Amino acid sequence: MSALETAQKIKAKFGDLISEPAEFRGEITVKLADAEQITAVCEFAKQTLGFNYLVDISSVDNYGDDPRWTIVYHLRDIVNVVEIRIKIDVSEEKSELPSVLSVWRTANWHEREIYDMMGIRFSGHPDLRRILMWEGYPYFPLRKDFPLAGKPSELPGVAFTKPAPLEGGPFVTVAGGKDAISREPRIRNPEE
Amino acid sequence: MATIQDIEVRDSAARSALAADELQDMHGEKMVLNMGPSHPATHGVLRIVLELDGEIITKADPDVGYLHRGDEKIAENMTYTQFIPYTDRLDYLAPLANNVAYALAVEKLLGIHDKLPPRCQYIRVMCAELARISAHLLGLGAFAMDMGAVTVFLLSFTEREKIYNLAEAISGARLTTSYTRIGGVMRDLPPGWLDQCQKFCDDFIPALNEFETLLTRNRIWVDRVRDLAVISKEDAIDYGLSGPNLRGSGVEWDLRKKQPYLCYKDLDFDIPTGSVGDCYDRYLVRMEEMRQSVRILEQCTKKIPGGADNKTNEPVNVADGKITLPPKQKVMSSMEELIHQFMLVTEGVNCPPGEIYFGHENPKGELGFYICSKGGGTPYRMKIRAPSFVNLSIVPKIFVGTLISDTVAILGSLDFVMGECDR
Repeated sequence: MSALETAQKIKAKFGDLISEPAEFRGEITVKLADAEQITAVCEFAKQTLGFNYLVDISSVDNYGDDPRWTIVYHLRDIVNVVEIRIKIDVSEEKSELPSVLSVWRTANWHEREIYDMMGIRFSGHPDLRRILMWEGYPYFPLRKDFPLAGKPSELPGVAFTKPAPLEGGPFVTVAGGKDAISREPRIRNPEE
Repeated sequence: MATIQDIEVRDSAARSALAADELQDMHGEKMVLNMGPSHPATHGVLRIVLELDGEIITKADPDVGYLHRGDEKIAENMTYTQFIPYTDRLDYLAPLANNVAYALAVEKLLGIHDKLPPRCQYIRVMCAELARISAHLLGLGAFAMDMGAVTVFLLSFTEREKIYNLAEAISGARLTTSYTRIGGVMRDLPPGWLDQCQKFCDDFIPALNEFETLLTRNRIWVDRVRDLAVISKEDAIDYGLSGPNLRGSGVEWDLRKKQPYLCYKDLDFDIPTGSVGDCYDRYLVRMEEMRQSVRILEQCTKKIPGGADNKTNEPVNVADGKITLPPKQKVMSSMEELIHQFMLVTEGVNCPPGEIYFGHENPKGELGFYICSKGGGTPYRMKIRAPSFVNLSIVPKIFVGTLISDTVAILGSLDFVMGECDR
């Protein structure tokens, strides 16, 4: 069974909630319209279609667009070697979607990482703590509005961050610039 | 006449559980013990908070992130080519393999991953396999040293030194190789490199046999690692393990075979798998994988198009001026090449909008890159699926019920690198 056929099966089961499968570089992506259904879709993919291996969960910050977040699940059937990608949009006001920890236990750390880096919460996750940053860190560093140079944070005596010491200087790349020219430090005039 | 008698040898956890049963009426408090982040057995900066009942671990909570550098954020702010040096610092025991994985991911986005010149594919395969041997050797040496067998560590470093020399010869650096480029490699193999590589292979198998005589049937070693931290097939898949840890549990999954990339289709090698899923199986799988890597290397040195000195001028880079840098001489003499060079250096390789995921069989497991591109020379979002990160997530499960002295054996058998785990 090819990836496209499995995608059609998911679509047949969930109907309009699932978009038409899109193909790019041989990979099949479907989009799920309702984030609340992700556990049901994943459960169906695992139990009926044999996607027993969750490769990865990623998150994308579409800063400036609505809905702001995209969560990307990479599913794999390691018996028949089939892969499929499921994407879900989540709005910034909600910033929450159900956890798939009950389907694959590997989702535990992936979801914690997304919460840590992007600030998207997973309802039903039993242990949603920060994983890479420390407990009490106030920001979500992978968001597009978080500067590359970092931000100062208050947690005196325990943990603190300062902006990079050369921030704004002539040799530091400008974070978040729209192209390589605006980021490039060597063309900048330090007098400006 | 000698008779053979079966002796029942209980494993250490069973013995302590039995002893604990005999002491039913003695109640003590549970103790919380902090292990790491600077502990010789955590191979980097892993911290584990252990809850102990006597000597038996009742709860383990790994705390990662001490080496977090924000590589994914950094990647969003530079061109695809500029990120290559950062991949050296992911799994810093196998930088060449990381370079290959990253280059292949970007090439998949560009749609040229199956159009690479054959010589480039063979060079990259050799890089990946040398890196695999190097990483497994350190994993083996550190594992054995944590168990008290320091000799193996020293011997394995003798062999790793030769791999470092080979890496230095092709890239100019021993650790921070940055050898691949988008659409090819930095430069062709230097003269005589294939012979050095072949010599390494010839010398390596006897050395590996020596390691095996020191460990594989060593009573102390076997007693310490056998039946310890058994990971079942189902658990290994459920927790998303990859690499030798997954194969040690008896799952025959190797991306080189299942989703062949580069020229792995044309090469002959086997995938070793374990039968029990204990620390001993994971050790045996790594030992056999090194032998298979040598097999691959020997085939590559014979089959590589162009041979040792590339007399037929086989290309090592994709012939596309919009992807790979033109020769410097042409840049100085031809307008078109000058423009290509200028655009590649300032804007980066122009990638189409779209998203791809590419998984590469790295020494530690599946190193995956998810790249979300909105066009242009910079990724909009790049997620690194680090095998060590995922492999460590099973620690809370397999630590429970083991002895505190076994933690170092389990960590050694999982063979993780924190540079990759924390990114």
